[in-house]
Amino acid sequence: MEFGRLSLSRRELLALVAGVPLAGLVGCGRHGRLSFEGELLSPDFATGHRLRDGWQPPEPTQPPTRHRVVIVGAGMAGLAAAWRLKKNDVEDVVVLELSDSPGGTALSGSRDGFRFPWGAHYVPVPMTENVELLSLFEEMDVVVGRDDAGKPIVDEQYLCRDPEERVFSEVWDAGLFPTTGATQDDLDQAERFRLEMNEWAARRDRRGRRYFAIPIAQATDERTVLDLDTLSMATWMTERGFDSKRLRWLVDYSCRDDYGLTIEQTSAWAGIFYFASRLIGDGTESQAVITWPEGNGRIVDYLASQTPGLRCSHAVCSIQQDSGGVTVRAFDTAAEKTLDFQANRLIFAAPQFLAPRLIRGWPQANRSVKQLQYGAWTVANVHLSDRPQEEDGMMCWDNVIMDSHSLGYVTSTHQLGSDYGPTVLTWYRPLLDNDPRVSRTELMRLTWDDWATVVVSDLKRAHPDIDPLVRRIDVMRWGHAMIQPRIGLVTSRELSLARQPLGRIHFAGTDLSGVALMEEAFFHGVRAADEAMDG
Amino acid sequence: MIHRAPHYLLYLNVLVIATCGLIYELLAGTLASYLLGDSVTQFSLVIGVYLSALGIGSWLSKYVDSGVARTFIEIEIALALVGGLSAPLLFLAFAQITWFRIALFGSVVLIGTLVGLELPLLMRILKDHLDFRELVARVLTFDYIGALLASVLFPILLVPRLGLVRTSLLFGILNAVVGLWGTYLLRPLLNSRGLASLRGRSFLVMGILAVAFIKADTFTTWTEQLILENPVVYSTQSPFQRIVITKNREHFQLHLNGHLQFNSRDEYRYHEALVHPVMTSAESPRNILVLGGGDGLAVREVLRYPDVQSVTLVDLDPAITELATNFEPLAELNRRALSDPRVTVVNRDAFVWISEDDSVFDAAIVDFPDPGSYSIGKLYSTRFFGLMRKRLKDTATISVQCTSPLVAPKSYWCILNTLSASGYDVAPYRASVPTFGVWGFALASPTPLAGPDEDTVEQRLPQNLQFLDVTTIGSLFQMPSDIVPLESEPNRLNDQILVRLYEEEWSLGG
Repeated sequence: MEFGRLSLSRRELLALVAGVPLAGLVGCGRHGRLSFEGELLSPDFATGHRLRDGWQPPEPTQPPTRHRVVIVGAGMAGLAAAWRLKKNDVEDVVVLELSDSPGGTALSGSRDGFRFPWGAHYVPVPMTENVELLSLFEEMDVVVGRDDAGKPIVDEQYLCRDPEERVFSEVWDAGLFPTTGATQDDLDQAERFRLEMNEWAARRDRRGRRYFAIPIAQATDERTVLDLDTLSMATWMTERGFDSKRLRWLVDYSCRDDYGLTIEQTSAWAGIFYFASRLIGDGTESQAVITWPEGNGRIVDYLASQTPGLRCSHAVCSIQQDSGGVTVRAFDTAAEKTLDFQANRLIFAAPQFLAPRLIRGWPQANRSVKQLQYGAWTVANVHLSDRPQEEDGMMCWDNVIMDSHSLGYVTSTHQLGSDYGPTVLTWYRPLLDNDPRVSRTELMRLTWDDWATVVVSDLKRAHPDIDPLVRRIDVMRWGHAMIQPRIGLVTSRELSLARQPLGRIHFAGTDLSGVALMEEAFFHGVRAADEAMDG
Repeated sequence: MIHRAPHYLLYLNVLVIATCGLIYELLAGTLASYLLGDSVTQFSLVIGVYLSALGIGSWLSKYVDSGVARTFIEIEIALALVGGLSAPLLFLAFAQITWFRIALFGSVVLIGTLVGLELPLLMRILKDHLDFRELVARVLTFDYIGALLASVLFPILLVPRLGLVRTSLLFGILNAVVGLWGTYLLRPLLNSRGLASLRGRSFLVMGILAVAFIKADTFTTWTEQLILENPVVYSTQSPFQRIVITKNREHFQLHLNGHLQFNSRDEYRYHEALVHPVMTSAESPRNILVLGGGDGLAVREVLRYPDVQSVTLVDLDPAITELATNFEPLAELNRRALSDPRVTVVNRDAFVWISEDDSVFDAAIVDFPDPGSYSIGKLYSTRFFGLMRKRLKDTATISVQCTSPLVAPKSYWCILNTLSASGYDVAPYRASVPTFGVWGFALASPTPLAGPDEDTVEQRLPQNLQFLDVTTIGSLFQMPSDIVPLESEPNRLNDQILVRLYEEEWSLGG
């Protein structure tokens, strides 16, 4: 058991609460001790947990409805599948979503005229090879043309506005590498690391495939690359002589940012993938970033607007297939009634850990999803009445605090071009326990007061004057936020088997790639839709 | 006995207090004309009020019955404090325009009254020891010599060497010295009770003024005075920027965050060049957009055209448009442009405003500060110019201030290339503004710019311009051979090369 880790984070929290000067936090707010308001939020897990614990919905009162395809889950993968089907004139599609709004971890919110993400919030500009995603972006008028070399041109308003990112150590430094106080050796190692990543990005296998590509399905399957999945990123860095504390912090930050894992926990394959998959390999900088005030919620909203068969607040209770098709039983949590859907094909676009619980006859399928672990995350939206004072420079889109447990924050109004006055900051923190179940226990145990204190204390490290500016903090707890590419997962047989259809059931979801990326979710959604149409 | 004291010491006393009195008056007059403009009015008001306060003081002196010597010393100490601190306190009051007049005339009346008490009391003290005829002649002679001394020293030595704040403090100290000295000189006339207290207070006041004199350098406005060469007459910190106005002789200068925005001496050259090429080339310009330019000076030029129906001025900082409306010298300079019923002032970030608003304009004048930061650089991006295109009629023309094409050629041409990349037809032009040197602009239009049409220009160009006429307006577009186009990428929102170019060039050449 991981109680050592648990008590550590508990202790850390208590130290924080004790260490924070209470002056700024004392007030007469709704929550007593803190001077501002807020809510503690969760995705709708109540129905899910009831089903897990053996609850059975009442029998349906109506006969089942028939459809060509039923999609379970309206996250990015499920919505992408529905979009792909509609493109191919398959209109008789129902998408069942547990939550009362679509999006999964690309959920977004709005309040007081602000829009902000609750999870995924950007997409690097897809490379020319990612034809399907580019066609979606063209449809959304995000990609507005091609340059002479055929590379996509993204409408300026969707590319992350300069200044993009900064990191706080003692002062703010532009970019993510904390250059203030860095030694020559730190800088040399950072440069050598950059060159090595560029080299990984430039390499092609005998069939001309990239070593690291998005979607991953387009990348090489050669052993030399896949063997990187047998060691941790920390080990790989040590072996390559990367011992600079600052460089290791940057790579650790990157792994926590994309995977919710430390470099000790991340597979070296995934660690290198983070950098190399975003480089063209010609020595130029990483692919520019596409973002919106509400993050990837913009894509969700677009796809949802194209999905007439979307039904939210529908908890799928069971999936059963026979020779005639697939029967899905769902409980409409809004109307409180049970409905049966019969489909020719089913696309299972919910996280894989739910498959054994929902698909009848799972034990006979001879597959397992035990190796797939999902990390817990906290995302807070911090409403400010004004910006904190800046000595030098200005708030960027991405603002990272070095040596913090958090990932810092993104500024939701940045993309609107607004540099003054009220704003909403979206603060991210993955929980890093070796056993994600410990993280989930911790996540559910902490109160709003605890989280609000943690958030404000963290922000105060970089913005000592932020206290009186905070108007509201809402905290989202994601129990199963992201698939974690720990050592061995990406190349595991379990994962490649999970991608295979099971009779009339086709699987989609970013977890099938072993990393949580919008592009991977989208890819699997499109692939599963293609499979379902072929069948 | 008092008559044992050498007479010249007594006359020196008169000389000093007379000099101090006039110095305070000159300080008040100078400060008033710096801040409120119109030096003739300010000086005559200050002199008038001061002289009448002297009269009040003289009249009040008859109510001093006993303890004349003590009262005289008390007055010296009070005058040292009030007069000595008058300039620093009035500087502080600058930040609040409405309070400034009250503080100014309040201090003039107070100082005048105290000074008015001085001579009658002193004469009463001396009358027992001197022949009355002799007394009046001598005292008044030294009084007028003191006045001459003050009026010569003030402009030649004191203001240039010490500045207003230290001059004020120095003469406060002299007043306190007179008070302290009086406790010895007039010792026979003083009750020994409370003598120590008088001396103590003199020392205390001298101490306060001396500390202020030494610490004057740390006074923010004082430091700015040194940096900005000319005396600061107004300064404030808005949520967006530090606003400072300096003044030398008849001219004043506006600085934002330490960057000079204009000098009233030659701003007409800049603003005529910024506005008239647009107004004479756009097709029937009636509804005009002015972005930036919260000082109202571009609007002043726009309002010279009788056909103009509306001017929308978008400036981020309400403190600037407020200043342009209520700060007298600036309101006078912009001819109260912002109070014109045709003008609408919008205090918003232009970048946010331009994507929210849906009105369409016949012409636009873009007068943002130089692109020295990302939050300003965004206003020179393809995205911004693209959004602006939607606010313009096809036949509209716009002008953009583009920094110096000589000091920062890459930045200058980057702005023009950005306009081209945003779909505008662009013509570079420049004007010489002594304060800035050769300054660069761009004239642009969504549709191809027609060449200069002298007839139209002649017809439209307002009379009484100081800089431009039909011939010179055309010559602005003839670029000299040391200003040649440079290739560059456009300035994009996601890659603001302009901000980097600008920093690079101005750190070298600026």
